[in-house]
Amino acid sequence: MQQIINFLIRNKHSLLFLLLLLLSFVFTIQSHSYHKSKFVSSTNFLSGGMYTWQNSISDYFNLKSENKRLLEENERLYNQLSALGVDSVTVQKIDTSSFNAPYTFTKARVIKNDYSKIDNYILINKGENDSIQPDMGVITDKGIVGIIENTSKNYSRVISILNSNSRINAGLKKSNQYGSLVWNGKDPNIVQLETVPRQAELTEGDTIITHGRSTIFPRGIGIGTILNYNLDESKSYYEIDVKLFNDMTNIGFVYTIKNRDLEEIKSIEAPTNE
Amino acid sequence: MNKEVVANIGRFVILILVQVLVLNHVNFMGYLNPYIYIIFILLAPININKSLFLLISFILGLTIDMFGDSGGVHAAASLVIAFFRPIALRSVFGLSYEFQTVKLSNISFGEKLGYVILMVLTHHIVLFSLEIFNFSHILLIAKKTLFSSLFTIVITMLVLVLFRRNDS
Repeated sequence: MQQIINFLIRNKHSLLFLLLLLLSFVFTIQSHSYHKSKFVSSTNFLSGGMYTWQNSISDYFNLKSENKRLLEENERLYNQLSALGVDSVTVQKIDTSSFNAPYTFTKARVIKNDYSKIDNYILINKGENDSIQPDMGVITDKGIVGIIENTSKNYSRVISILNSNSRINAGLKKSNQYGSLVWNGKDPNIVQLETVPRQAELTEGDTIITHGRSTIFPRGIGIGTILNYNLDESKSYYEIDVKLFNDMTNIGFVYTIKNRDLEEIKSIEAPTNE
Repeated sequence: MNKEVVANIGRFVILILVQVLVLNHVNFMGYLNPYIYIIFILLAPININKSLFLLISFILGLTIDMFGDSGGVHAAASLVIAFFRPIALRSVFGLSYEFQTVKLSNISFGEKLGYVILMVLTHHIVLFSLEIFNFSHILLIAKKTLFSSLFTIVITMLVLVLFRRNDS
């Protein structure tokens, strides 16, 4: 017994080192597995508040490009409205409470955005108080950004599409073939679409959209265009490089998507999983 | 003594703020960021309590992780260089470290550079191995470690030379 205690006292620095190292490895491994990295996250009030403060200053430098983007978005929405034959007077009469859309969009501001690492996260300034929940989709006017992963009272962390853990269903606009969208960690403007069956007819420049096969994103949200493609080793699937519509290095405002039918869909799906 | 403690606490806070608010957003050439918060570990008093030093280094890294959403990679890397700092000091300064006569504020440029290179390289190898966490990407790890280390070493040397205290 005496010897054990002596051993512990003699090696207390090494033991403390090993203990802390083990702890940091646990955090690291958790951060590499989807939906588990909850302990060390920037959604707490300290880092969230700090990034909000920093963002309130740096926002001024992006006002011009933000304005331009909003104007472009408005222009496009007006064009869509007139194409549908609705003028702005009748639209104003529609109340959102009577308007039974399956998806509701909430705006949020990006207060931290990473794109230079392998596992990138985005922090937004809306949280549980604004009824943001994990597994909601996040988009901009141009295309998808990621999925809400972790929420606190006032902040949420978004797992960016530029994250090695991110897997999103996506497919071709012109046909029904689909695959999963992943990122190889190299270029923040190019993501990869995998497991698209070889029967699909591809041409460079084809549009890739979300496919509505999950409950997260509605069908038809833009992702990017095909940059190039080739068959994988098994010769039965395509590997496609997709050039994103979004500039992931410059995201100011985003929209979160809440699926109103989520509960209903889940309740139908649940018994089949058992 | 008290002055030294205050100086170290101030350095701890300032380095974290500079790191997370400015240097994490540099992204030079797309992905390069200098990680100069380890200056705190480099400049910590040589006769500091070892357990306390390990614990502070771990908290320093974990704070950076919290701001950067990187799990525990900075905590692990900081912990490793804090643990191996005596070895680095001994190999660079030799006998003068053994007799506790070396002062980090007044050593020659060459010795300082050797010490910084040794510590930064160790830190970055651990950091990027854990961050990428995939040995099929070993070339990417090597590339990131090499270029980031160069960047960090240059910035660290600049900071050490510019903010040197002239109290000797």
